[in-house]
Parts: sequence; structure tokens; C-alpha cells
Amino acid sequence: MKHFNADVVVIGGGHAGTEAASVAARMGANTILVTLKIDKIGVMSCNPAIGGLGKGHLVREIDALDGVMGRAADAAGIQFRLLNRRKGPAVQGPRAQADRELYRKAVLDNLQNQERLTIVEGEVAEFLLGGNKIEGVKLADGQEISAKSVILTTGTFLRGVIHIGETSTPGGRMGDAPSVKLAEQIDGFDLLIGRLKTGTPPRLDGSTIDWSILDQQPGDDDPTMFSFLSKHPVARQISCGITHTNSRTHEIISKNLGKSAMYGGRIDGVGPRYCPSIEDKIVRFADKESHQVFLEPESLSNKTVYPNGVSTSLPEDIQQAYINSMVGLEEAVILQPGYAIEYDYVDPRALNASLSLKSIQGLYLAGQINGTTGYEEAGAQGLVAGINAALESRGSTPLYFSRAESYIGVMIDDLVTRGVSEPYRMFTSRAEFRLSLRADNADQRLTPLGIELGCVSSNRKDVFLDKRDRLTVGMDMLMGSTFTPKEIESCGISIKQDGKKRSGLDILAFPDVEFSDLHCLIPDSEELDDEVKLQLSRDALYANYITRQQRDIDAMQKEERVEFPKGFGFSEIPGLSNELRTKLERYRPENMAQAAKIDGMTPSALTLLLYHAKKRASESKATAT
Amino acid sequence: MDTIFALASAPGKAGVAVIRVSGPQARDAAEILCVGKLPPRGMTFRSLKTAEGEILDQGLILTFEAPKSFTGENVAELQVHGSNAVVSAVLEALGKLDGLRLAEPGEFTRRALMNGRMDLAQVEGLADLIDAETEAQRSQAVKVMSGVFSQRAENWRKDLIRAGALLEATIDFSDEEVPVDVTPEVNELLSKVYDDLKVVSSGISTAERIREGFEVAIVGRPNVGKSTLLNALAGREAAITSEFEGTTRDVIEVRMDFEGLPVTLMDTAGLRITDDFVENIGISRAKDRARLADVRVFLVESDEDFDIEIMPDDIVLRSKVDLSSSKENGISGLSGEGVDALVSRLTTTLKGRALKAELASRERHRVAISRAMSSLSSAMELLNGGPDTYDIVAEELRDSSQALGMLVGKIGVEDLLDEIFASFCLGK
Repeated sequence: MKHFNADVVVIGGGHAGTEAASVAARMGANTILVTLKIDKIGVMSCNPAIGGLGKGHLVREIDALDGVMGRAADAAGIQFRLLNRRKGPAVQGPRAQADRELYRKAVLDNLQNQERLTIVEGEVAEFLLGGNKIEGVKLADGQEISAKSVILTTGTFLRGVIHIGETSTPGGRMGDAPSVKLAEQIDGFDLLIGRLKTGTPPRLDGSTIDWSILDQQPGDDDPTMFSFLSKHPVARQISCGITHTNSRTHEIISKNLGKSAMYGGRIDGVGPRYCPSIEDKIVRFADKESHQVFLEPESLSNKTVYPNGVSTSLPEDIQQAYINSMVGLEEAVILQPGYAIEYDYVDPRALNASLSLKSIQGLYLAGQINGTTGYEEAGAQGLVAGINAALESRGSTPLYFSRAESYIGVMIDDLVTRGVSEPYRMFTSRAEFRLSLRADNADQRLTPLGIELGCVSSNRKDVFLDKRDRLTVGMDMLMGSTFTPKEIESCGISIKQDGKKRSGLDILAFPDVEFSDLHCLIPDSEELDDEVKLQLSRDALYANYITRQQRDIDAMQKEERVEFPKGFGFSEIPGLSNELRTKLERYRPENMAQAAKIDGMTPSALTLLLYHAKKRASESKATAT
Repeated sequence: MDTIFALASAPGKAGVAVIRVSGPQARDAAEILCVGKLPPRGMTFRSLKTAEGEILDQGLILTFEAPKSFTGENVAELQVHGSNAVVSAVLEALGKLDGLRLAEPGEFTRRALMNGRMDLAQVEGLADLIDAETEAQRSQAVKVMSGVFSQRAENWRKDLIRAGALLEATIDFSDEEVPVDVTPEVNELLSKVYDDLKVVSSGISTAERIREGFEVAIVGRPNVGKSTLLNALAGREAAITSEFEGTTRDVIEVRMDFEGLPVTLMDTAGLRITDDFVENIGISRAKDRARLADVRVFLVESDEDFDIEIMPDDIVLRSKVDLSSSKENGISGLSGEGVDALVSRLTTTLKGRALKAELASRERHRVAISRAMSSLSSAMELLNGGPDTYDIVAEELRDSSQALGMLVGKIGVEDLLDEIFASFCLGK
């Protein structure tokens, strides 16, 4: 029997698994990705789109660390739209429709060309453990792979059950078997396991849709790319069609609610409120007479169309009937019925912020298994797990992403400190430091970290350092001198004559001032390139708010720095209530900031924790010296 | 890092009161108050003035430079005359300085710990200390919440959540079927809260006498003599007393003055098991009120057990001591024995708790409300920019919700999402 050795093993080739495997290999770890079918690597199982509000931020952050998703989406993008284009830059989100086939190929190419990464086709049947430490995995065919760390990305495959109307079949995705054996071993790890559900709409044959009578939604004239390295789209650009549900559609669905898996009571899992099935929409918002449906072509090379907005678990004949009730879809043929899928997830409070299980050393979880939904959320977790698995395999300390520095940090912190009650999706409103965590400055926030970790290519490093130098020159120019209201006014900028001197950045923050208005005051600034001018204008816009937020950030980071060592005896601290003691033992916070977020935490309990954390730290320092 | 301040000495009338200021701006703040330079480390005698130049008091100012101070930060200690009015006025003047805020419960100690300034071996008893400090403030906050503010605060919360949800819906779900321009409704909600805060803030003055007062509950079995004791304390027939069990079916209150301290005495329904529906309501109300009271006086005849926890400052007395030969730890409302002793014990206990909690919570409210008002007014101004500026409006709103957090409860992103999903049909 063959036996392999690896630093890092990644189980699963979805969006979490591919990012994890790629980054671990980029960081120098010998990595093996085990997947059921190589040709399913990078498949978009749900809607054929990447990015959006909050999600677009995540893709930019993945890209800033040289991840796969941004570049693949740029290569496969067939329609690019920047959401919230008219609103402030902090809440703008890049989004693209992606050609499913091109996307899959881009991801696969990327992985196959990645040094130190081996892709193995097979099913992982068992974790190999030495006590509470992971030592590798065993495949269904008996092969063993030993590894220093293992990343599990099961997606919806953990005890997945697919529901179409009154039929329920075990399965992880249409046409793929679920993982049952692993699920049983995971049961033995004493984790809190919950059940979630998600759904997809039926897929339509585009050649049977009457596009001529439908409204069209085109992409942006000036497309915004995901990757800091991409300049323009590669694939041919297309428009999406728009149709609507109507009273006839609603009637068909209402009449047949009992046949829906969800309304027939056959589904226990909790679904996401922001992605309801069409059944849900019609029941919960009964007075709404019509809902928008976007008809999104899935690929340039085939006819499949994704009708976004009508996911369902009704029987196939009812799906056919309600689809045909809509304008333009009278003759539409369903290629694959919509379905709901239920799957297991692990309460993410069982994880460290590195995404490794607190109870099993070296075993990392990423993606839907942690209760999230979405490619971007999965990819970002894969990145975090991959980085930390690589770090662990070389004996380095874990890397934590802070809420103050990235959406990735916001998501991880939300997951590991608060858990989930429905599939977790990113929104910009989840980031309290939203004004500084922008899609446009993701590279400035994270690429330096990537350079330090060694996970970015030399090309990206060069591009980034060059941009940073140009920005520094520009910023110095704006901050270099200050001007009196008189001087400012003489350049045609209207201003209160309050005698206060202002820098170029201060002036740029005025709502009606354009960068070109500064040329008169700072002649050199005319020479700056457009990219730098745009970035500086964005920084100026939020400068005052960011200064104000800095105080909150400082306070939070100070608490994050007080850490509880592994094996810290929460239960031995005298003076804590039994309830808090139980919660602390259960969730084992890693630092004071996490402890503060535990439900029911009091100031006096926090002080006690701080005292004992400090005491432990000074004791271990004393032993060390 | 914020600079924090609070009354550090024991509360109540005293010769000297110490107000501690800690943080990077500690010395700056003290210099502003005493209008002049201070040494980095040392003791100076100065007059303290308000921003308007009005003299507050004269006192000693002690300055300490980081890291050699109690908290490990720059510290200024203002030793002023220990009167309520002076302390209030100084706290208020400090609170008006930019970058300064009232310390959270236990915050000095936490900073000291953070900066490694506390002798760890000596602080084993820390929890008790902090508990005492925070417990007084917590019960004060609970009282305020369930009192004058409750309905108002609940409305503010609803309005702020609704306004936040409207803004966030247009931002996070702009590619879905949500309204694009929510300016009029948001503006209306914010002005409502702003106007209301304005009314409340004009009513809050730190110099104001303690308004709510303390609550003392008299607890005991039926017919143990609670009403008789209350009448003896109040000097009038406030509660109906009779020798039949279960006479007092509700909570009866008498407001009194203990050496200037307003106290509400509560006679509660006798605690016993009964089938009488009305009396049961009275009993459960009595228990609730008794738990919320600042101090409980338990009247016992033998070793009775109550369903109410006896807290450290509570008083347990043997009742109807006029019928007994042993007078120790006893009281009788009928004969008046032990009543004076009880009054003096209560006065001492309550005075100990009085000022600190009250001043702190009142000052806290004032600061919170004024910060909330300032960000609300910026938010309303920015709303004029329409949907394009909602990102900044939302930031101002977040700031004001955070400021009001102690009054209305924390408003988190989940509250906004709940409101968004309840109001709009989302999900493509």
C-alpha cells in the first residue's frame, strides 16, 4: 500500500479547499489536496457570480494575499458591476458574473501549476490521530497520508441530504455522494453539531427563453476588476435578462406549498434569511405581488441559465409550472430541478481564531462546515486555515486576523466568538471599522503581511511596493505644507475665513473639492498618476472618521494582546459564577477581547480574568528566565 | 487610549475628596482646570476653574508620570473639598474636555493590571472590591432603566434600530428590491430621538439632589410585624395592620428622609404559601420589589427561610422583641424597642453607597446623552447629501447608538439585520 508524506493535507476541492491548498503550498509547505473528483475542483455549485457587497471586500482581501479567487473571477468574468457605485468608496462592492466553465478551469490551472502542491483523487475515510493530535488521513482505498496539519472543508457534504418536493436523497451536491464515514468520526470529537440548509433554483435551457421581450441588465462600461494585478476583462461580456413573478406564479406556489420539502416539514435545518426560497418569499411577504428574477447565463460555452431569485424545494412538475408562468419563460425547459440541501455544521466556537479545533491539535475546519455560506466566505476561511496550517507545520505561532484590519478578521471573530444561528454571510454592516476596511485599500492592509508570510509572488510584491512608494510621495505632498484660508480661497476654493491652516488632505476632504482643485496650491500634485489621486481622495474623505475610530481600535487591540495560554484553567479561578465558568470552559477564549464578548460577561469577571492571565504570564516569564 | 476620571475616595461628606484622572491627557486636563503649568511629578496647591473661568474650588493637585503611578499611566489626582456640589462640578468640568470620559466600573484597577502596576500578591481580594463598586452602579442603572427612562429609552432604541436598518438596507442590499432614498424617514426618526434627548438632558444636572432615593424593603412572614414596624418608622398608619395573616396584599411605600438621604420604605406582602389568587400576586410582587431594593430588613421569629437571598448589607432582626426576654438583635414596632438602632444602621449603610454611584451614573448619562446628541446632529446634517453619503451617516448613527448603549442597551448588527429582514423581502 502506498504511503505519502505531507506537511499539510487539505480535504475538499471547493472554494475553501483550493485557497487553503494554494496558500499552504505558496508558503512552502508540501501540500496534498484530496478531492473526490479532480474535475469538480473550483465548481460553483450555486449562483454563477463572485463578489457583491461585503463579499467583494473578501475577494479583494484574498487577492491581496495572492489567493486564487480574484484572479480566477477576473479570468472568467462575463459581466462586471461595481455595486453602490454612487455611494462612498467604503461601501462599494465589486461583483462579477462568472462563466462556470472558465472559472473552474482557471482554478484548476492555478492549482496544477502550483509548486509543492499535489492533487490526489480519492475519498478520505478516516483521520489518523495520535492522542489529541492529528497525524494524517487514511483514504477509502487504504492509502495513508501522514501530515503535520489537516484542513477539512466538507462544504455541504457532511451528512448532506437533498430535498426535491417529497423526495429526499443523501448527497453533497447534485450527483455527488455525501461523506458519512468522516461524519461518524467527527461525532466522536465531542463538538456541537448543528444542521443548516440552503437551496438553489432550477437551471433553465437558455435557448428556450424568449430574450427578445425581456429587459436586459448590462455590465459596467468601465469594469472594476477583483485582482490588484488585473487590468481588464478577458472573456466576452454579456447582459443578464430580467423577468418577474406574477399572481399566476404565486398562485401555483401557494397551492402546492404542502408539497415543498420545507413547508411539508421535511427539513429541520435553518436557512439563510437573506436567501429565502420562493416559497418563503410568497408566504412571508404575501402582500408583495411580484418579485424580480435575474436570468443569468452560466457560461459562454453552454446554454444553461440560472434564474436568480426562485430557489425552491417544490416537486419538479410544480417548478416547471411556475417557471412557465413568467414572461419570457413560457416555453422554458428545466435542465436540472432546483433543490434544497441540508447538511451538518460544527459550532465554530469550537475553533481558535486560526480555524484549528481547540480539542484536536493540527485539525483545521474551513468553509460551510463552520456555518457560513458563500464562495467568498469559504475562500477567505480557506486562506486563513491554509496560512495557519502551513505555519503550524513549520512550528511557527498562529496568525490572527484582527477586526480592525480586515473583513476576514471580522468574519473569523464573529464565527469563533459568537457562533452562528443561520448560515453566516458577510455584510459591510458587520464591519464596525467599515470606513477604513475598503475594497480599494485591501492591498495596503494585507499585502505587507503576505510579503512577510512569503505567500505572495514576486510580481505582486513589486507591483505593490511600487504603488506604495507612489502613494507615499503623494501623501507627503498633501501633508507637506499647510495653507491659510486666504491662500486656499485665492485658488478658487470657497472656505470659511476662520484663520485655521489646512493641509492638502484637509482640503481634499471638503465635499465639493476635486483633486484637480489642489493643483493650484500644490503644483507638483498635478504630476501624480490617477491611481494615486483616486486613493488619496478616498483617504481624505474618511480621514476624520478614521482618526475617531482609531481610539476604539487601540482599545480593542490592547485586549486582544492579553492572551490566555493553552490549557488556562478557567474553572480554577475563584469568584466566577458557575454559569460563566461553564461558558469559559466550553468556548475557551484565546484572549481578553474574545472573553469580553461571551454572553453574560461582567466587568468584575473580566477583571478577575485579566488578573489571572497577567499572573500566569508573569509566572511563565519567571520560569523562562 | 482614552483618559478616564472618577471619584476615587470614599463617597459621602468628608473633609477631602480625591478625583483621579488617568491616561495620556491626565496632566493636560489638570492644567486646563487649574489654568497653568504643572510639574510632571509633584504636588501643587491651585484654584480650579471651569472653562468659563468660574472658580470651582481650591485644592491640592498631585501629578504622577507614567509608569510610576497607580495605573502605570500619567495620573493627576485632584484633592478637593468633599462636598457633593464641588465633586459634581469638577467631574462635570472634566467630562467636558475632549478625549476624557468617566471611568467604567473597575477601570482604574484594570488599567493598573494591564500595565503591570499592581502587586499581584496583594489583590487576591480584588473581585470583592470590584464587585462592590460595580454592584452599586449596576443596581443604580437597573433602577434608572426601570424608572423614568424606561419607556423613553425603549422608544429611542426602536427608532435608532429602525433608522440604522433603513440606512444599512440601502447599503448592503442595494442590488435588491429595497428603497433607494430613505432620507425622509431616517431624518424623522433621528429628529425625534434628538428632540427627546434634548428635553432629558436639560433635566439632568449633577448638582441636583439624588432624585430616586434608596429603597429599603421590609421582608418577613405574614403577621411578623412588618406593617407595625413601618408605621413606627413612618409615624403614621401607612399600612393597614391587623392581626390576621395576609393583610398587606400589595407593596406599600412610605417616603422618608434619613439625615438628608431620601429613602423609600416598602412594606411587602407576607411571604407564605397560599391559595388566595390576589394574595399570591402580592407575594410575587413583594419578592420582586424586595430583590430590587437597595437594602432588605428581614424580620424573623425563628429560623425562617425566605426565597430571597440575603445580601451582605442586609439586616436581619428578631421581631416582636417586646414579647421576649432576650432583647439582643431584636426590634418591636409596637414598643419602639430597637427602632432607633435600625434607623441609624440603615443611615450608615446607605450613606456609604450614596454619592459615588449616584454621581457616577448621573454624570455618565449626561456624557452619553451629549455625545449621542452631537453625532445625531452630524448625522442629520449629512443626510442632506442624500443616499450618496449614507456611509458616513451610518457611521455617525453607530457612534450615537454606542453612546446611548448604557441607556438603551447595546444595538448590534444583528438587531439591524432582524429589522431589515422583517421589513424587506430580500434574497435573489
